[in-house]
Amino acid sequence: MSTDSDPVTGTAAGTSAGSGLMVDVRGVHKNFGALEVLRGVDLQVRTGEVTVVLGPSGSGKSTLLRSINHLEKLNRGYISIDGELIGYRRVGSKLHELKEREVLKQRLHIGFVFQNFNLFPHLTVVENIIEAPVSALRRSRKAAVEQAGRLLERVGLADRADAYPRQLSGGQQQRVAIARALALEPKVLLFDEPTSALDPELVGEVLDVIKDLARTGTTMIVVTHEIGFAREVADTVVFMDDGVIVEQGPPAEVLDRPRHARTQAFLSKVL
Amino acid sequence: MDTATGAAQAAPPPGRLVPPQRPVPDREDLATLKVVPARHYWRWVAGVAALVVVAQFSHGLVTNPGWDWDTFFLYLSADTVLKAVWVTLQLTVYGTALGFALGIVLAFMRLSRSVILQTVAWTYIWAFRSIPLIVQLLFWFNLAYLYKELGIGIPFGPVLWSFDTMNLVSALSAAVIGLALHQAAYAAEIVRGGIISVDAGQLEAAAALGIPRLRQLRRILLPQAMRSILPNAANEVISLFKGTSIVSVMAIGELFYQVQVIYGRNGRVVPLLMVATAWYILLTTLLTIAQYYVERHFARGAERTPPPTPLQRARTFTRRMRAAAATGGIQK
Repeated sequence: MSTDSDPVTGTAAGTSAGSGLMVDVRGVHKNFGALEVLRGVDLQVRTGEVTVVLGPSGSGKSTLLRSINHLEKLNRGYISIDGELIGYRRVGSKLHELKEREVLKQRLHIGFVFQNFNLFPHLTVVENIIEAPVSALRRSRKAAVEQAGRLLERVGLADRADAYPRQLSGGQQQRVAIARALALEPKVLLFDEPTSALDPELVGEVLDVIKDLARTGTTMIVVTHEIGFAREVADTVVFMDDGVIVEQGPPAEVLDRPRHARTQAFLSKVL
Repeated sequence: MDTATGAAQAAPPPGRLVPPQRPVPDREDLATLKVVPARHYWRWVAGVAALVVVAQFSHGLVTNPGWDWDTFFLYLSADTVLKAVWVTLQLTVYGTALGFALGIVLAFMRLSRSVILQTVAWTYIWAFRSIPLIVQLLFWFNLAYLYKELGIGIPFGPVLWSFDTMNLVSALSAAVIGLALHQAAYAAEIVRGGIISVDAGQLEAAAALGIPRLRQLRRILLPQAMRSILPNAANEVISLFKGTSIVSVMAIGELFYQVQVIYGRNGRVVPLLMVATAWYILLTTLLTIAQYYVERHFARGAERTPPPTPLQRARTFTRRMRAAAATGGIQK
């Protein structure tokens, strides 16, 4: 790893935070056994920006997203959020792997929304939302429930607080999952194909919630297949293929005038 | 029917823009006809035959003097028997509690990332599933033969406290230890089965939310694992409960040993075996009912609308009957 030009350290002194850089992915490699899923990915997301990651399945989009909150360990490269190295602590010229407990603390700043929601089925909607604030942030139950009420109102589900996840439609479940991620007031929100498990008529309600978050300046990285959504919401569109970022830029460039042949081929298939 | 369908599908005359009036098929409205259910004569015959066998058996229970119901009722709630039931219950409760406590530890050891812990747990389970319970119990009963003293101290170093094995391990505690260690091996596998049945996405979501590790297990993993642990665990508790009778080889005054002592004295084998049977059935029934409600508790969120309990069902039924009696007729 070359760190000469990258002043990222474990401390807040990193200049990256000052320049409005929220997510900094540098030279990331990831293998599953012999399979190279990520082969040198660099990605910078500025505070308040929405980055949409497109690409064929198997291109490494989800793995990249999962690496950002350290659900996957990297083989090479590093990732930092708001100037803080994820999963490691730098001591002199060495990187010390963080313990599970410390990684869990870092994840409080990174919201993650899964493709298949992963709500806790034995807990009610409000219990799902307050679980992490109460147990990890040590908020009082009362304050957490009040906050959950506000979040549910924001995603349009104020009346379903006491329902169990299985009593909700897929779109409603995903909106609860978004509220659950927001409850920790994360610095960045990661969406892993948030609408891929939904019936077509339910996609809109979830995208509307994400659009609303984009308008209020939430930093987000969204892996999706919804090209229309990317065009409307993204500040930057990233096209990945075969473990690398093939091209990135404003949606008007990447979606309408793709330079790379692989991007053109992909877009011609999905548009 | 066939001809009527043909008529209904007749093509409309050409040249009309408005949909044609559908020709009214000249067939009867079948909804008004009486439905005759299919008659299953052989089912009735089989049912009657089964009832005859049951009646014969019940008749035998009442009339055969060999059952000796007077002696049965004499001993059913005798003090010695009640005391023996109490011992059986203690063995069950301690055996279950210690067995499952150790079983949960072993299950997490087998699932841990440490190869040493995995191997130790695997070996324990292998060993204790391989040794027959009765052999193991006799080992514990004869522990004093192997180790005269048991001590607590520094491993391979000096002993700080020591106890006389004979005094420390009474027959009852030997039995509890034996049952618990045996139970732990099975409990470990049941608990592990429950844990691995929970969708991996659940722990991933909990980790992504930064929920502390122990809390992940207690609040997210175990409640969901309980769904598949409980039916098997209830099996184990019930089989341990009846399995306590094996402890009679150690001359512990539990239920089965006690009735053996009594019929050894008075020779009324059958009624006394029935006394033991009645208690085993009664207590197993209570355990089964408890199982139902515990399972129901852990089924929260698993179904859109949980089905009513038998008690709730009975209440609804009586309410409906009462309403029917008030209005003077039973409604469907």
